[in-house]
Amino acid sequence: MTIILWIPLVAPLALAGLSLLLGPSALRRFVGVAASSAVLISGLLLVSAVLNGAVPESGGGLLRADALSAYMISVVGAVGLIATWGGLSSAASSRTKVAASYEALIALFLAAMSLAVLADSIGLMWAAVEATTIATAFLVGHHRTGRSLEAAWKYVILGSVGVAIALLGIGFIYAASVGTDTPTLSWLLLSQSNLGLDPALITAGGALAVLGFATKAGLAPMHSWLPDAHSQAPAPVSGLMSGVLLSVALYAILRIQSITNLVIGPEFLRTMLSIGGLLSLLVAASLLIRQRDYKRMLAYSSIEHMGLMAIGVAIGPAALPSVLLYVLGHGLIKATLFVISGRILKIEGTPVISDVRALLVRRPGLAVPWLIAMAAIVGFPPFSIFFSEVGIIMAGWSAGLGGVVGAALVLLLVIFAAFTRLTVQMTLGGPAKDVAFTPDYSAHGPRLPIILALAATATVAFVAEPVGTLLLQATAVLGGSN
Amino acid sequence: MFENIYPQLIGLCAGALLLTSALMVWRHSLLASIRLLALQGIALAALVAVIGIAEGESELVIVSLLILSVKGLGLPWVLAHQSKAAIKQIQESPRLNPTAALLTVTLLTILSYVVVSRVFGLGDSSTGHAAPIGLAMVLIGFLLLISRRRARSQLIGFLVLDNGIATLTFLTSGGVPILLEFAFSLDVLLVVLILHVFAGRMRNKFGGTAVDQLRELHD
Repeated sequence: MTIILWIPLVAPLALAGLSLLLGPSALRRFVGVAASSAVLISGLLLVSAVLNGAVPESGGGLLRADALSAYMISVVGAVGLIATWGGLSSAASSRTKVAASYEALIALFLAAMSLAVLADSIGLMWAAVEATTIATAFLVGHHRTGRSLEAAWKYVILGSVGVAIALLGIGFIYAASVGTDTPTLSWLLLSQSNLGLDPALITAGGALAVLGFATKAGLAPMHSWLPDAHSQAPAPVSGLMSGVLLSVALYAILRIQSITNLVIGPEFLRTMLSIGGLLSLLVAASLLIRQRDYKRMLAYSSIEHMGLMAIGVAIGPAALPSVLLYVLGHGLIKATLFVISGRILKIEGTPVISDVRALLVRRPGLAVPWLIAMAAIVGFPPFSIFFSEVGIIMAGWSAGLGGVVGAALVLLLVIFAAFTRLTVQMTLGGPAKDVAFTPDYSAHGPRLPIILALAATATVAFVAEPVGTLLLQATAVLGGSN
Repeated sequence: MFENIYPQLIGLCAGALLLTSALMVWRHSLLASIRLLALQGIALAALVAVIGIAEGESELVIVSLLILSVKGLGLPWVLAHQSKAAIKQIQESPRLNPTAALLTVTLLTILSYVVVSRVFGLGDSSTGHAAPIGLAMVLIGFLLLISRRRARSQLIGFLVLDNGIATLTFLTSGGVPILLEFAFSLDVLLVVLILHVFAGRMRNKFGGTAVDQLRELHD
């Protein structure tokens, strides 16, 4: 059983090595897909183990998969699969040396995210989150234009400084545990109730760690790197970063929260995360109204959704199943949207919304999935994002945070209006009259991953067994009762 | 014997850390900043070694050797990896003039003493008394990051920030487990290497490394 814990770490690393060693071969383009599949399969195996009541451990307790970790690793694998499969490069372009390092970095990125969610040590988790910055730095700067260089520089500086602040917080948390009998960084041990940790150190440590990981999660006011990085990176990388990297940072916040809740109660982080969440929604709303670039539009949408998830985390256990379902739904849909946006960018040659018109008439092969995914991201049922949003708002209402969720609801409506306007601008309308055209039904890439992602998001909210059970178990882990 | 000089050694190392940080704010030449950074790395390694010897932990002595090789020698070497003649020419033109910057450093140091003594209490150990230095270094690192225009000077600001965090961790908790220390050092080393490569690409692309030129992406 314990061997499964190592697969999501070792398999991508081996595939990365293979990609670099393999000569100019067309097989290389499948490295990312293979790595994500390995992560997904081991994630599903871990989920089934967890549902049977087991908690796999390995490496002297350094790696551990409880319900939450198993769920997160499956999300990493699933979103990774959609992003890499949907963004599969052509056989010809995968023979170059640049393609080799690209695929290798994608695999490393997946391994780093897997380590972050499997590590039972906030120190190791920190190192893995920092490793994701390292792996994605060159991916963001992949196109080597002035703009992508600018985005990559900002991303690495802000990302590393943010994560360095989290390290300071982790240092304080460790200092608090040094005062007890067993100095430890294991969140399993730290989230036991009778440790007697120093409240002052835990408050300072928790605040700094959450602030640091919130930078990585793209929460306002530390979000300024996100629209640049997500709009300049190649489409599959944007999909992975928006879809799961942000959620992995949110996972780190959840783990820190489970430690601080026991020592100083939930109020302190609740205030912090509510402010961060509302600010994120505000930033997203104000910048989406006048947005001109569709990849940046998707990036701001990620800030919006992370903001709402942060509010869900602030609310506490009642909202957590919705937040976790949100992580999956948002990840799959955002990866799909970025993949399609990459195809639109490639075929239309412009990232400007007003230059892409009448897409539904001219290119229905791209416009139809784009419209469906857009409907999912703004929260139409039956897609799971709708149920997550409703769940968070209801939980907030009954937890006495009516003001916060009320404000969030107003901002969500503004964002909904902005999104609708921008999508209509891109897709509807007729083409210019004097230009002859034939409707283009091609999807310009694999169709299956997009269909799978949309179908999964549309159905997952209705599957009580095993999804609902798993989400409840994962929430129980954070309550400290597992 | 050692017990008598231990508080003095801690004070000496911490003083060296603060002094090098302040001097980095004052000096504008890149080469001088890199040399000060190397000095700071050595001071940090010495601090860790002193704590290790005082507490009789051989693990900390190994960590101090690791810090010496990465922060004292490795990183400065990477940063200075260019012909000496060329690097001597590079002068920073920061957004703050030296007087204002040094005054800010003083204020930040006072602030960190106030914060640490209010929040945690200084305690009666000599390491506890030195802890505010770590926070002051973190804040000075931020100051460097904000006020410098050149890519590599910003990088130095990031490293001062990182040294400050390491100082604070060692002074409050006596260091994290050694495996994690390795992971942290490796991460910092890789981040610096990546930023160094980006700075090189920037030089090729824009003909300079002034970060001010990076303002194409905005809303």
